[in-house]
Amino acid sequence: MKRYTIFVITENFIGILNRITIIFTRRGINIDALTASESRIPGVHRITIEVTVTEETVIQLVNQIEKIIDVIKAFHHEDTGVVYQELALYKIPVSRLDGGLEKIIRDHHAKIIAAEPDFVVLELTGHKEKTRELLEILKGYGILEFARSGRVAVAKRMLTIDSFVN
Amino acid sequence: METKMRGADIVIRSLIAEQAELIFGYPGGAIMPVYDALYDYQDQIKHVLTRHEQGAIHAAQGYARISGKVGVCLATSGPGATNLITGLADAQIDSTPLVCITGQVAAHLLGTDAFQETDVMGISMPATKWNFQVRRAADIAPAIAKGFFIARSGRPGAVLIDITKNAQVELGEFNYQPCQEFRSYKTHYPIADTSILQAAALLNGAERPYLLFGQGVILGKAEAELKFFLDKSGIPAASTLLGSGALSQEHPNYVGKLGMHGNYAPNLLTNQCDVLVAVGMRFDDRVTGDLSRYAKQAKVIHLELDPSEINKNVKADVAVLGDCKESLAKLTEAIAAKKHEAWMAKFRALEQQENEAVVQHDLKPTKVGLTMGEAIHHINRYKADDAVLVTDVGQHQMIAWRYFNYKKTRTQVTSGGLGTMGFALPAALGAQLHDYSRQVVCVVGDGGIQMTIQELGTIMQTKAPVKIVLLNNNYLGMVRQWQQMFFDKRYSFTELDNPNFILLAEAYGIKAKKVSDRADLAEAVEDMFIHDGPFFLEVVVEKEDNVFPMIATGCSVEEVRLN
Repeated sequence: MKRYTIFVITENFIGILNRITIIFTRRGINIDALTASESRIPGVHRITIEVTVTEETVIQLVNQIEKIIDVIKAFHHEDTGVVYQELALYKIPVSRLDGGLEKIIRDHHAKIIAAEPDFVVLELTGHKEKTRELLEILKGYGILEFARSGRVAVAKRMLTIDSFVN
Repeated sequence: METKMRGADIVIRSLIAEQAELIFGYPGGAIMPVYDALYDYQDQIKHVLTRHEQGAIHAAQGYARISGKVGVCLATSGPGATNLITGLADAQIDSTPLVCITGQVAAHLLGTDAFQETDVMGISMPATKWNFQVRRAADIAPAIAKGFFIARSGRPGAVLIDITKNAQVELGEFNYQPCQEFRSYKTHYPIADTSILQAAALLNGAERPYLLFGQGVILGKAEAELKFFLDKSGIPAASTLLGSGALSQEHPNYVGKLGMHGNYAPNLLTNQCDVLVAVGMRFDDRVTGDLSRYAKQAKVIHLELDPSEINKNVKADVAVLGDCKESLAKLTEAIAAKKHEAWMAKFRALEQQENEAVVQHDLKPTKVGLTMGEAIHHINRYKADDAVLVTDVGQHQMIAWRYFNYKKTRTQVTSGGLGTMGFALPAALGAQLHDYSRQVVCVVGDGGIQMTIQELGTIMQTKAPVKIVLLNNNYLGMVRQWQQMFFDKRYSFTELDNPNFILLAEAYGIKAKKVSDRADLAEAVEDMFIHDGPFFLEVVVEKEDNVFPMIATGCSVEEVRLN
């Protein structure tokens, strides 16, 4: 089993995400993370799915996703084939702050994006390993909430989605 | 020129524009405007009122399979729509082109648990090739155009279009534009010359090549191309369940049927061929048995239109993606003419073993009780070459398939992938309504017929001259066979106390006859075919008879058993 990123280029129609997730559900495969956004072409969406499966399975998943009528193109890459990023938010109670936090923020290149009377919110972008590492440290600060986005990614291959859309 | 009309009229005018001549359905609240519009177009489009929505969709499937056209059915929202689901799943897994139109509650009520509201979009999604909800009259025609195109192009499948009631009564522009392509959907793959060359090289070097054909040949209208390929290559060819009829069984290369209850030689020799050519078939588990011991010695060439089927179950050494009508023709040109007499003789020798061990028992029984095989044997004697065989699911299905003499394409309608009991009676009705002059024989078991027996009413009303042959063993026979073989003869809930089927058929005004003696069978079958109109023939068969050969679940094709 390996971690794969599946890219789905799709028409922006109602229900398309449901059709895609059904393919995973039928096979009893858990989606590790999923993000959906507009692409740079109006009306075309891109969905990025992170999944841990065998190569054989990922190929079958991609074939079945691409078979969906409103899917324009689907393909997959291993982690080495993509540039990807995730974003994490950490909510820390003000009551637990001490002088140590500054160093942590500097060392991790995190930033404070909100400061309220009762809490501050840190933001860190980076791979899962990095955001998880900071989470472990911030547990010592009584972290109130932690949220991490799914992966957003672009392929290293020099192909643009225009070649699929047209 | 654009004209404004009610959405309901747009629905009917769109169906007419798609050359739908016959539709099946059942009215109800949320589809009533469409039925009201239909009233005005009865001279241009025929509608058959079934007795249940499941009957409507199976009838549409039977119609589609025989005509090659898109089957159409109409149903209302809620229970009307949910009653279609079995048929959608059945059509989708068996690649049958269907467009189903369901009424839906008005758009402003969506999601509120309104009367007869169900999320048919969500429910039908996994069972359709495409589904779409229309909420405005102006969107109806484009959706129907797209639906028909999707249903019949590429690998055909089931489409559902859900139309809210407000869209049916509001006015919209009607200017019908058929759909021919759109960017996210690929229907045609040019055949790669390299794959043809690779396949031809494998075949030219092969000593024991073997071809398997499926329904893709029929759907791709490639029957003639398959025949030419076999004539030139000399390769023995076997059929899947749904592929039956694509090649006449009288063709010299034809060696039989594949799968769990297929023939002995075609299964056994799968593991002895050196090159396996699969055409328009998907290596279903009922065909392959244990995949880890399936044709491991062979190089596999897979001619297939659906990219997601390639390497799904069996890895292809050479995949020829595209329409088999084109790829078979190209491959025929690229190969050398050959004969494979010694290899063919192996099939014939094993066929002889099957004849002695199984066919004798089925067709020339020594026991008093009738066998299912005998009934099919007599059907063969009296049927026309293009007679259609419609079967349900179970022992009778496998026996009828084994013994029916397929000579022409599009002569078989059965529920293959889904295995839907209750399929046969309505499907036979649909097949018959496509062509009243053609013989349609509906072979059905006593279990399955009772799942959709209400459609005798539709047969009565339409006077469809379907020949119904009920093979009655007072058991859910296939389940009982498995209980006998794998569950210690613990016959858990498989025995049936049946009604008087003859009285029942007669109550529907259908001529009926019951046969339990061998001496009466031939004449009864002959009478059935001679009778002008529907006929119900009940054949009382041996209660505990089994279907062989058989590849038990989890076994390899070479472990096919003769008893």
